[in-house]
Amino acid sequence: MKKTSRVAYNLWRRVQSWLTIFELSVQERLVYRGEFFLGALMRFLPIVTQILLWAAIFEAVGGVTQARIVGYSYRQMVAYYLLTMISRAFSSMPSLASGIARDIRDGNVKKFLVQPVDLLGFLLLHRVAHKVVYYVMALGPFFVIFYLCRGFFEGWPDGSVISAYILSLLLAFLLGFYLEATIGLVGFWFLEVSSLVFVFMLLNFFFSGHMFPLDMLPEPFRSLVALLPFQYLAYYPSAIFLGKVPAETVWLGVGVQGLWTLAAFVTARVVLYLGVRRYSGFGG
Amino acid sequence: MIVLETKGLTKHYRVYQKQEGLWASLRGLMRREYRTIEAVRGIDLQVERGEFVAFLGPNGAGKTTTLKLLSGIITPTAGTARVLGHIPWKRENAYRRRFALVMGQKHQLWWDLPAADSFRLHQQIYGIERRQFEQTRDELTTILGVRHLLDRPVRELSLGERMKLELVAALLHRPEVLFLDEPTIGLDVVAQYSIQQFLKQYQQKYHTTILLTSHYMKDVAALCRRVIVIVAGQVVYDGSLSGIMHRFSRDKIVTVVLSDGRPAGELARFGEVVSTEWPRVKIRVPRPQVTEAIAGILHSHAVQDLSVEDPPLEEVIVEVFSHAELSPRQSSTGAGVAKGRENSP
Repeated sequence: MKKTSRVAYNLWRRVQSWLTIFELSVQERLVYRGEFFLGALMRFLPIVTQILLWAAIFEAVGGVTQARIVGYSYRQMVAYYLLTMISRAFSSMPSLASGIARDIRDGNVKKFLVQPVDLLGFLLLHRVAHKVVYYVMALGPFFVIFYLCRGFFEGWPDGSVISAYILSLLLAFLLGFYLEATIGLVGFWFLEVSSLVFVFMLLNFFFSGHMFPLDMLPEPFRSLVALLPFQYLAYYPSAIFLGKVPAETVWLGVGVQGLWTLAAFVTARVVLYLGVRRYSGFGG
Repeated sequence: MIVLETKGLTKHYRVYQKQEGLWASLRGLMRREYRTIEAVRGIDLQVERGEFVAFLGPNGAGKTTTLKLLSGIITPTAGTARVLGHIPWKRENAYRRRFALVMGQKHQLWWDLPAADSFRLHQQIYGIERRQFEQTRDELTTILGVRHLLDRPVRELSLGERMKLELVAALLHRPEVLFLDEPTIGLDVVAQYSIQQFLKQYQQKYHTTILLTSHYMKDVAALCRRVIVIVAGQVVYDGSLSGIMHRFSRDKIVTVVLSDGRPAGELARFGEVVSTEWPRVKIRVPRPQVTEAIAGILHSHAVQDLSVEDPPLEEVIVEVFSHAELSPRQSSTGAGVAKGRENSP
């Protein structure tokens, strides 16, 4: 009895410190709310150009109402594009990797070796806080855009699809976090990781379905891309929502996404462990 | 009770030796040259609970490396250390909750937020009971005179104010061992003094074991009974500050205030004339000859006043450092730097 209450107390203390890290990160984010808000707004500008671009493309191949490009109508294409914006609002991690690498280079990472705080746990909470602030600020603009663009969608999918979609978005967040964190942690070996970040961004750009739906790709590229984790960062959640994933395989796909996330989590942990070992062996 | 003990603590770094010039840089891509830096070379230490110890030594002597080893940031190449019964580089939370490290050049407070927020987070990650937390916080911030700054974002504070708050943050969990790496670096005299006074008071009250590195002799003289001089990664002296004088300073400074018009130049036969501000003359005299010299001066000059002192501490320290660096014990392994050549891994 005494032991369980002690465990419960320790857990409660731990949860409290998580909440405080979260709260402080939110506050920190709000210090620069002006700049942040402007940045968030600017993210919406490309939408207009994208919609116009796809309109022009469809017009060229036979008109926005009839033409289809590899199975996608103009409406579906714009709907897909808008949905990947949401996926990426979850999975993109601006300056996570470079921030970690900088902390390693400048020695700020020492703090996590000396204090009883876990680096990855701290960064995750920090990032969750930043995302939450972002969603709250972007909620209005997102709402306006989706309301204006409601004509591109064919109604709401059913509850099961919606829940798979939401789970997939949350996994996309975690997957994106651990992938980028791993890249940042490579900073334990190299002082500079910006070129690595660039390579990751390129891969992400092409293979996540950020620019176009991945099922447009011809074989064997489609199958190859399906073997990579990137599609779960943008394409997969959107495809679930649009009903592009057959109902019977939706949960299987989310399961695979979960496994990728787990793999990324384990990789990040291992790289952190090895990195700290190297750091403490080398010089600190 | 011994709280800190090291035996043969050794740390070698292997650093990539970058060559000058483009061609050498290109060659460096294929074949790298490494240099081994022996930062710490077999340090044996025993520190009792409640001691206030200063590490002195020139830049690059291994002071900070030693503190990093003891706080578990780095693992040693050889040797052992136990602090409060823990091996530091195992980085157990049980150990991390019992010590603190303050580096004058690194900050741990959240830059954009008031210190009060960072303190609250410390309370939780260190699991400090609320009442104790509030009491410690209020007590320390009051002594340091920074209580009114708790609600101001840290970035708006001066360096001195920030350093004081950093100290408070590090002490909130009442560490049993405190490592201070240049805590007063870059601070003005007033801030330096108040931090010194604070550390003194705090240590007297809580009997915390404190290890400090500092370049300011005033810090050391004001705070530490025990001084460990590290040169080229080895301990060359371990004892009291005044003991350094006896051991390393072979001279005394004799100051004479003359009352007659005889040229000060004549005083040179008693020792080296260090300064002449008529009628005050300072002569450096080897210790064994001091009595003789005084007698001689009194005999040959009309003297208004005469005093005998130790040379300034800084001067002696410089001498200790340079002697240690030149002594044969140090140079046998190549002044702490060994060269090696390897292919890149």
